[in-house]
Amino acid sequence: MAAEGGSAIDPIHQFNIVEYGAVDLFGRHFAFTNSALYMLLGVGLIALVMIYGSRSSALVPGRMQTLAEMAYQFVAGMVRSSAGEAGMKFFPMVFSLFMFILILNIIGLIPYTFTVTSHIIVTVCLALIVFLTVLVVGFAKNGLGFFNLFLPSGVPWWTLPLVVPIEIISFLSRPISHSVRLFANMLAGHITLKVFGGFVVMLLGAGGWAIISPLPFVFIVGLMALELLVAFLQAYVFAMLTCMYINDALHPGH
Amino acid sequence: MADTKPGAPTAHATQDAGGHKAGFPPFDAATFPSQLLWFVLAFGALYLLMSKVALPRLAAIIDNRQNKISGDLDNAALMQKQADDAAKAYEKTLADAKARAQTLGQEASARAASEADAKRKTIESDLNAKLAAADTQIAAAKAQAMGNVEAIARDAAAAIVQQLTGKAPGADAIAAAVAALKTS
Repeated sequence: MAAEGGSAIDPIHQFNIVEYGAVDLFGRHFAFTNSALYMLLGVGLIALVMIYGSRSSALVPGRMQTLAEMAYQFVAGMVRSSAGEAGMKFFPMVFSLFMFILILNIIGLIPYTFTVTSHIIVTVCLALIVFLTVLVVGFAKNGLGFFNLFLPSGVPWWTLPLVVPIEIISFLSRPISHSVRLFANMLAGHITLKVFGGFVVMLLGAGGWAIISPLPFVFIVGLMALELLVAFLQAYVFAMLTCMYINDALHPGH
Repeated sequence: MADTKPGAPTAHATQDAGGHKAGFPPFDAATFPSQLLWFVLAFGALYLLMSKVALPRLAAIIDNRQNKISGDLDNAALMQKQADDAAKAYEKTLADAKARAQTLGQEASARAASEADAKRKTIESDLNAKLAAADTQIAAAKAQAMGNVEAIARDAAAAIVQQLTGKAPGADAIAAAVAALKTS
């Protein structure tokens, strides 16, 4: 790991945070890093498609406007179907979350790039945004009635001592599962790709074994397709769960 | 996927700067403040751009298109209705005209028939009158001819009797004989 040559097949190396410049403020170390660069790149790309693409407000859309409209309709449909018309108040949030995760997942699949969503601190932030929104909206809209969330209707009263703690634990573990799901999927996918990439390199350098080096390469091609699906699916799952949690906040009695 | 750029910035800079030993990068707390800061900035910017600029604009575009399409469909329905009305009016005038033409034709043919009838009747009565006149003329001529025939017969009978007997018979006898022949 210490050797520069070792990084070629070190599957963890790709997650390293690289600093381009830093300041120390309030006793903390703030740096402009590769992660920050890719976040800004992702936001810039989204803004390019969504704002530059819709600049002409054409009745018959061009390519980029079609893309922007597709993204809009897709997320709007998701929010409407799972959180109802009242949930459309949170559409900009769900849309931002979905696009942010999607674009950063996909950028991360390009070789030599950095995957922002493979760092748990980022996915925890994303999940906490949702969790805190649900808490604030839930109590603001329903007051103490939000605790009805822990009292499922139609359950026999004598099971409540068991059901209520389970519901509370499942509610509190939401931000954990919400963030770890995305983080772990991205991390594992990239490590797998890197490990199989390393196999190709190692086999090529192993004399006669070089003859089977195309095998892991073919495997990587398939894996890449799968990771592309996962990149979309994780963004979709994250946004979908966000919608369902918001629906819980709006209508706690389920 | 292999980051092997020779001139790349030192990979473990953060860990070194933070004074931590190199570990699993996603769990390296020394990088958290930077990531948090830039996440808040980037995501905040994205949220503001989306909620203030992009999404309202797209909503307006999609709304506008929906309105345009439904407006066009309404217009088309209205025009369709107008076309149907026009077709109905046309059919009605056509049917009216046909009916009028039929009644006119019927009237004309009836009038023509009655005129022809009247003309024929006058001609027939004319002809009948002429026929009757001719009949009476013929009857008169016949009666006259018959009267002449009786006188001729009487004269012939008197001449024949005179030739045979040498004396002229009395006119009464001849008349009686002719009458007797006539009745037989």
